[in-house]
Amino acid sequence: MTTDQTGASAEPVLGVAPADTTTAPGPAGGRPPLWPPMPRAVLTARIVIGVVISAAALYAPFYFEPTMNRVLSQAIYLAIAAMGLNLLLGFNGQVSIGHGAFYGVGAFTSAILMVDYGWTFEVTIIASALLTGAFGLLVGLPALRVRGLYLALVTLGLAVLFPRVAQKFVDGIGGRPLLRPSRREFASLIDGLADDQWAYFLSLAIMVGLFILAWNLTRGRMGRAMTAVRDQELAATTVGVNLAGTKVGTFAISAAYAGVAGSLSVMIDALADGTNPVLYFQRSIEFLVAMTIGGAATILGPAVGALLLVLLRRNTQDLIEGQEILAPAIYGGALIAIVFVLPEGVVGGVRRLLAALGRRSSAKGRPPTPAIPDDSHDIGGPNERT
Amino acid sequence: MELFIEQVMNGIGNGVVYGSVALALVLIFRTTKVLNFAQGEMALFSTYLTWQLTEWGLGVVGAIVISMLFAFVAGAAIQWTLIRPMEGRSPLNVVIITLGLFLGINSLAQLFFGVDPQFMPSPFPEGSISLVSGARVQKDTIGLMLVLLVECLALWLLLNRTRLGLKLRAVAGDPDSARLHGINAGRMLMLGWAMAAAIGALAGSLVAANRTGFDATLMQIILVYALAATALGGFDSIWGAVICGLIVGIADALTIQYVDALDGIEVVVPLGLILVVLVVLPTGLFGKRTVERV
Repeated sequence: MTTDQTGASAEPVLGVAPADTTTAPGPAGGRPPLWPPMPRAVLTARIVIGVVISAAALYAPFYFEPTMNRVLSQAIYLAIAAMGLNLLLGFNGQVSIGHGAFYGVGAFTSAILMVDYGWTFEVTIIASALLTGAFGLLVGLPALRVRGLYLALVTLGLAVLFPRVAQKFVDGIGGRPLLRPSRREFASLIDGLADDQWAYFLSLAIMVGLFILAWNLTRGRMGRAMTAVRDQELAATTVGVNLAGTKVGTFAISAAYAGVAGSLSVMIDALADGTNPVLYFQRSIEFLVAMTIGGAATILGPAVGALLLVLLRRNTQDLIEGQEILAPAIYGGALIAIVFVLPEGVVGGVRRLLAALGRRSSAKGRPPTPAIPDDSHDIGGPNERT
Repeated sequence: MELFIEQVMNGIGNGVVYGSVALALVLIFRTTKVLNFAQGEMALFSTYLTWQLTEWGLGVVGAIVISMLFAFVAGAAIQWTLIRPMEGRSPLNVVIITLGLFLGINSLAQLFFGVDPQFMPSPFPEGSISLVSGARVQKDTIGLMLVLLVECLALWLLLNRTRLGLKLRAVAGDPDSARLHGINAGRMLMLGWAMAAAIGALAGSLVAANRTGFDATLMQIILVYALAATALGGFDSIWGAVICGLIVGIADALTIQYVDALDGIEVVVPLGLILVVLVVLPTGLFGKRTVERV
């Protein structure tokens, strides 16, 4: 089992692709290249895709109606939380169905600080990140002892517990655990931007920042430790990876991502809601689904998955007149279909397509990159493939 | 004291419910190594089917048997069409599929059988038996317990004392080496799903009969408690699942009665139990230890 990761960068890498490396990265090999040799066609395709996506993302809020902007903003906070889960599950192999709880803690932290203490929204984001990070640290410690399905269940408990705790301790409107900061608190800080556009751009900026952070994190020393732990825990410890530190640290960072997502949700939905007993469990599931259909252990995956998920949910809502009951069935069916067609998620599929394209256009006689064998039998070990 | 015993009985009444759903989860996990999030909803659908059959004038027992047969076939079909193609892929894919099924089956059940709460007749005699101390226990609960006991025994015998059971366990342990020994692994996995679905159908129907009414949310909270019981018992132990179902049920009932500080968040109890047990014994109370090789 190799512990190196030669995962291609999912962002369009501006710069020159490194020359064809002669030494194939192997278990005994030296430091593997940051990205595999990339034919010109693939590089071009990536740059084009990147530019188009960026332009679309920047232009979208001016093109769409406010309601659609809100949907897109929801996709953004979903993407941030899914990225948090991706760091934990995709890169580190720890399952969590409890990220809905971290998200909830983030949401209520922001809402409480704003409603009861009069904080500015933007400041509360930092507070939620710190608080949920600390909370994640707390959960990450017992998580050291439990793995796989057991961890999934312990974290599932968090998600189930959270709304009940909120119901008991949060005293909102009419004694219900519901906090609604006034819309004015989220007013646009830039002239010429409507409130919904401001919310979109603020979320987008935070998302881009957090995604770049995740990209750096996973490509650096910490990321190598994370993937090594995911692929073979015992082997990782023998080469000097600090197992406890890596796992708990990843848990904390991952929780903080979910917390930031929760904070942003308060801005976008103007609401922190603890009345629905299964809401935060559903959120956890959404993060998992967004991550998986987008592509686990990729950087762009969570964003793609979140967008797809939000659009699917919105468009299946009123697809069949008078049969709204069927919406979840169509939504569920679509999820199954995506898994069938694109087992590695959308980003994984595109990557494979580009790789095939690149192989055909250049590289005659160069052997195809060997796929890393998938020998992770326990849940939560999606192996990154090159 | 009387109150205490009554609460314990209440707890047992819920506990057998959790135990019987946990049993289905364990069965699927033992035979296919998949945690089926759609288990509850599959049971829900079969429960509705049982109810529909009784509405059409069939006896309860007959209705349950037919619904179990249906579930058996449906479970096998789901495994064959949706789960089998995922073989060799990331386990996450299977998780997403069971979640998709969760959503889909629930909404189909509502579409076919309506959204109104329904009443399920019970196969057990009504009334209650009084115990020595004066507390009373519902005959329903006793019946449910007996059924569960028989189920457990039958499953245990099947898995541990028959050739078929050996094959099922061999496939669960390592499909590839099982295949090398001439076992039709695909068929065994299918059988695992089919049996679990049938057990779920039985559990769901009895649970619905145990309640005053049921609707499409019947299984959701039960599934959480059943998962708690499964984790507590160690995923692969049949007896563990049932005993821990009872433990969870009793702990829950006693907390509701006696611990005011946890009023409204009783669910802390099963979850706290899971956490403590898992931190002390990472494979659950009844799970098997495995040695990891690098």
